[in-house]
Amino acid sequence: MLTIADKTFGSRLFTGTGKFGSLRMMEEALLASGSELVTVALRRVEVRGDNGTERPGGAGNGRAEAGETGAGLLDHLRHPHLHLLPNTSGVRDAREAIFAAELAREALGTNWIKLEVHPDPRWLLPDPVETLAAAEELVKRGFVVLPYIHADPVLCKRLEEVGVAAVMPLGSPIGSNKGLRTADFLEIIIAQSNVPVVVDAGIGAPSDAAWAMEMGADAVLVNTAIAASGDPVRMARAFKLAVESGRMAFEARLPLAGAGATSPAVASSPLTTFLD
Amino acid sequence: MFSELFDQYQWEAVKQSIYGKTAGDVERALSRSQRDLEDFKALISPAAAPYLEEMAQLSHRLTLKRFGKVIQLYVPLYLSNECQNICTYCGFSYDNKIRRRTLNAGELLTEVEAIKKMGYEHVLLVSGEANQTVGLEYFTKALDIIGPHFAQVSMEVQPLDEAEYSLLMEHGLHTVLVYQETYDRQDYKLHHPKGKKSNFGYRLETPDRLGKAGIHRIGLGVLIGLEDWRTDSWFTALHLRYLERNYWKTKYSLSFPRLRPFSGGLQPKVVQSDRELIQLICAYRLLDEELELSLSTRESPVFRDHAVRLGITAMSAGSRTNPGGYAVDTQSLEQFEIDDDRPPAVIAEMIRGQGYEAVWKDWI
Repeated sequence: MLTIADKTFGSRLFTGTGKFGSLRMMEEALLASGSELVTVALRRVEVRGDNGTERPGGAGNGRAEAGETGAGLLDHLRHPHLHLLPNTSGVRDAREAIFAAELAREALGTNWIKLEVHPDPRWLLPDPVETLAAAEELVKRGFVVLPYIHADPVLCKRLEEVGVAAVMPLGSPIGSNKGLRTADFLEIIIAQSNVPVVVDAGIGAPSDAAWAMEMGADAVLVNTAIAASGDPVRMARAFKLAVESGRMAFEARLPLAGAGATSPAVASSPLTTFLD
Repeated sequence: MFSELFDQYQWEAVKQSIYGKTAGDVERALSRSQRDLEDFKALISPAAAPYLEEMAQLSHRLTLKRFGKVIQLYVPLYLSNECQNICTYCGFSYDNKIRRRTLNAGELLTEVEAIKKMGYEHVLLVSGEANQTVGLEYFTKALDIIGPHFAQVSMEVQPLDEAEYSLLMEHGLHTVLVYQETYDRQDYKLHHPKGKKSNFGYRLETPDRLGKAGIHRIGLGVLIGLEDWRTDSWFTALHLRYLERNYWKTKYSLSFPRLRPFSGGLQPKVVQSDRELIQLICAYRLLDEELELSLSTRESPVFRDHAVRLGITAMSAGSRTNPGGYAVDTQSLEQFEIDDDRPPAVIAEMIRGQGYEAVWKDWI
């Protein structure tokens, strides 16, 4: 079981709501995934000011959906086991992020927030400086903060120090399906983190998810690879199994190959014969 | 605080788990690139004995990769042998009838001069625990006197409070060594019946206080010989991992002091062989590539010569374990007898002879 802040999860697969062909398809896929935490862009849930204009954000979003109304979206997410994780996608700085988080808390009745600050609309890469500033303020305001960030081990420790509930380092650029290009840094983050590590973004195939779990990640967040596949429901099930199997392998203490793995042969000059 | 984690483990259960490790567990541990505390159990277990050469080769390679061909040299400067603690294994124990001495400012400078002549830029200040005479005020003065002459000043004195460590850091303190001696609470009581040191919990949380104060480096270790060394070493590794995660800006070093004879001394309850000490050194290296591993003059010349290539990164040489031992009062009673009494120049030559560089100040 995975515990983050006040919630315990049976499933270590977190999901998103973007890029599905239809809301019905999305709902079916999310159910098949077994996921208990699904992230929703606040921009997508209709939160309008008195004058009817949309509040923060505005730039294009890798997780944007295909035009349904927000109310409709939430209707398809009403399942007792499914918790909502609003995200601040679309905001460009800490000020906007804090504003979006407050709106989300109001609109969705949860103090959980996936903090995403990407000033760059092209690659949607997170801004570490603004993210850290926003995280600190949001923790003070009583939010359960899960920041989406680069696989930067020092940033993860800094975020941990300001009190985030988990860290969400990326595997590769969001929506790229390129897998764990940041594996070396994810290993360091996992090794030294005191909060759960959720690998977010870039996971393109169930094997990527399994690898992240084998490495010791506490959970993964997958959206595009499920939503944009030929059969999202089947793919959701494939990810479910991959995450379970990766976790099981980690718990069974998988021997990992790598740079530090055992020497192929004993070198020509022995080091311990002086003890004989 | 570490005590919360520590309290979740039972000494006997950990010991049984270590002794229950099999050859398969050892092979699995050897094959992994990131090793955990279960792997460490296997590597320090009796089951790992036949794999010693393999462990040594691996330890050698990992150490080279991280540290290169260098051995850092440091030397202890004993400030005082006054002590209000009774420790069954220590020459400075309160109930040991020896002449007590605390170096004054002039004497410190005389010792500093002698140490500088040997080439050292890194000094380790050592004392017993006598808070009235060798307390915070004495330490800040000592740091002010000694600090300007060295690139690095480390300390191995009684545990202090966080604010006291912060103050000493303002006076130039870089590293603090604090050995738990043993993680077996009952056994700890037996060996520390009297004095402030008898407070197991306060000592156990000292690295936490150091971490909170933001110290650059913390040295850990147990006194090998008091209790089952495998179990004690596993608890040391548990402590190390905890500290690395929580005080991640701090560096860590480890020492493996084996109980040495001293005047009126205690016989070790458990004797660790040379082979087992090499196993332990390699196991630490396999657990943690970044860890500094330090070997003192307690060990024999033959052992130290070979340890250079096995994972060790720091050594003392030409050490005197008595206050004034370098120049002021060379005949006063030592804390313990050293084994390797070769002068630093000879040790440096031995290190160079193996193709390594001897580093006099800590820049690694």
